[in-house]
Amino acid sequence: MSPAPSSVRCHVVTGKGGTGKTTVAASLALALAADGRQVLLVETEGRQGIAQLFDTPPLPYEERRVAVARGGGEVKALAIDVEEALLEYLEMFYNLRRAGRALRRVGAVDFATTIAPGLRDVLLTGKVKEAVTRRHDGRPVYDAVVVDAPPTGRITRFLNVTGEMAGLTRSGPIKTQSDGVMAVLKSPQTAVHLVTLLEDMPVQETADAIAELTAAGLPVGSVVVNMAAEPALPEPELARAAGAGLTGADLAPALAAAGLRDLPGLADALAAEATDHARRWAAQDELRDEVEAMGRPTVELPLLPGPMDLGALFELAGRLEEHLRTEVGRADGGVGIAARNERGAERPAGASGGTA
Amino acid sequence: MTQTTERTRRAPRPPAPPAPEALPLELAELITGPDTRIVVCCGAGGVGKTTTSAALALAAAEAGRTVVVLTIDPARRLAQSLGLVELDNEPRRVDVPGAKGELHAMMLDMKRTFDDIVVAHSTPDRAQQILENPFYQTLSSSFAGTQEYMAMEKLGQLRAGDRWDLIVVDTPPSRSALDFLDAPNRMSRFLDGTMIRLLTAPSRTGFKIASASFLFFSRIISKILGGQLLRDISSFVAALDTMFGGFRERATATYELLRRPGTWFVVVATPEPDALREASYFVDRLSAEEMPLAGLVLNRTHPPTTTALSSTRADGAAEEVLEAGGEGAELAAGALRVHAERMTQASREQHLADRFTSAHPEVAVRTVPAAAGDVHDLDGLRGMADALTGPDGDTPTGVPRRRILPARRR
Repeated sequence: MSPAPSSVRCHVVTGKGGTGKTTVAASLALALAADGRQVLLVETEGRQGIAQLFDTPPLPYEERRVAVARGGGEVKALAIDVEEALLEYLEMFYNLRRAGRALRRVGAVDFATTIAPGLRDVLLTGKVKEAVTRRHDGRPVYDAVVVDAPPTGRITRFLNVTGEMAGLTRSGPIKTQSDGVMAVLKSPQTAVHLVTLLEDMPVQETADAIAELTAAGLPVGSVVVNMAAEPALPEPELARAAGAGLTGADLAPALAAAGLRDLPGLADALAAEATDHARRWAAQDELRDEVEAMGRPTVELPLLPGPMDLGALFELAGRLEEHLRTEVGRADGGVGIAARNERGAERPAGASGGTA
Repeated sequence: MTQTTERTRRAPRPPAPPAPEALPLELAELITGPDTRIVVCCGAGGVGKTTTSAALALAAAEAGRTVVVLTIDPARRLAQSLGLVELDNEPRRVDVPGAKGELHAMMLDMKRTFDDIVVAHSTPDRAQQILENPFYQTLSSSFAGTQEYMAMEKLGQLRAGDRWDLIVVDTPPSRSALDFLDAPNRMSRFLDGTMIRLLTAPSRTGFKIASASFLFFSRIISKILGGQLLRDISSFVAALDTMFGGFRERATATYELLRRPGTWFVVVATPEPDALREASYFVDRLSAEEMPLAGLVLNRTHPPTTTALSSTRADGAAEEVLEAGGEGAELAAGALRVHAERMTQASREQHLADRFTSAHPEVAVRTVPAAAGDVHDLDGLRGMADALTGPDGDTPTGVPRRRILPARRR
């Protein structure tokens, strides 16, 4: 099975805390793995959220298969351990693995990542870059890498490692390393997707993050509206209920016709709840307009009943696949989630070859 | 086989014990009592700590107290409604028509707070040197934990002035609620620490005998980070030398302040597993530290307007209404489905609250229903303040404010 030529191969998923970015990242990985593709899902915050979602034991610092997708596709997951990454790095560049272990014993590794918080980000993004550009027999090992990234408040700082490190180190190998990482992250093969809810704060943070990312020259991808609910009232009455509100008299005849008359105050109570529901819906709709005004490809994921398990992830993945398909060809700058497949034709094949 | 026979022999099971009842949380008394001087609102990120802090401060001001609320990262519109357009790191009076007391609000500027400490505790020359140091600039603006540390510092300053009857503190939006308690200590330990002294020792006179392993260590660190960073840290540490003791003392003093009578913690959570788990950690931690916990504010609950119709019956009724047909049938069926969803959600929320109470029966609870939109003006805050401070039993539906659904009748 030969994977379609692809342009975006590094999908960074961020969002305000509580918007479900880990769930979206996992579903996106499943969607991208369909039709026999190889996908790596990377955890950067050390919370073992991916292991919880896929119901596997805590992930070690190694690439483990967590799910199989249609047509023999595979999702592997990796939880990056910053200490291990630093030791790996010391070994790779200085042949210092043993010394590194000694450093760990005296707490020096922890110390180094503490005095230079940017160092942590360089190590994390460095690992991501390595996975994106890793090749075997002349072909990329992974068709796509999905990163469950830090929340919107920190995402630009996290990705803009060169900028952060410039404040701390003006020379040294870490500087060289972060320059290489930036080349990948700023290239068209990367897209930063933002997960939001239809609530004030997440939408505002999404807008802020898009502005920050754009200013930093980082490629913004799709906006994913997560946990979107459906209105339970019929469309024509929804606006009326949200505006003037419903009264018990609006409902009483129909309730009585069905024989629900002997509960005192029921019609009024139901009218109050329906009004509340319609007003929430109207408030959400306004935010939906705000999201649209951001001008990014947008996809809505439904609020699913019940616990988030593998089946639920596949259901969401289905919606994301649909987004991938329908957005194809009409995405603008070409960094939406949808830019994965056929868009490769529009872009020189070299884009997937790694610009680092 | 044996199992089956045992089962048949067993006496009928006694009914399951009822879910534990939470204690009522009466916040009105707490915030108006003259002995209460500090209220700290803490909890996981995104649960409404800032709004809760502002609403409590407003209620206390309306009751006649002179109050300041220290917010960390308010939503833009809420900040505007509190007059927090300027980030000047000083309390600003909020115009509250008809309030008997005074409400002041401020937003923490962590870099400025840090700069102020530096200026206050060193000579002008030294201060200049520190403020210009690149390492200091990173430390004061983006170091993980600086925000918590400076929030603590600001709280200490506000309390020391003795100008306020009540200080309400919102805590930084960290991933873990515990960071607020831990970060200041971690940071002062770091600045004060032996590691940093040893690391920078070779450049300091009078400390010539650094062990071989530390020279090695310092060389590797400098390899990783580049030599310039080490030189920056080193000169920062040298300039800061006289302040080290002060850093630690101040952090310890403020920490102690939190344990003194007159301080109360309010833990905020939404009725979701993650937020309640954080709340649990925090409750345990407060009790271990002997810090006074007022109770849990369960924010954004969805109590139904009536509990006379269960979720299942409402769904059934929706079908019956549609079958009966006639004018308004679809609307009525929709309203019944809204109610069914609401009952399901409320019982899920109540179940989570019950689990929390089983684990922490001693913690008083107050639920605050979700407003239809976000709270972003004084009226919205007043509505929330009413929900926070109203008497436990006084609600239109008769469900006490410590619950979402009425206790099951047995």
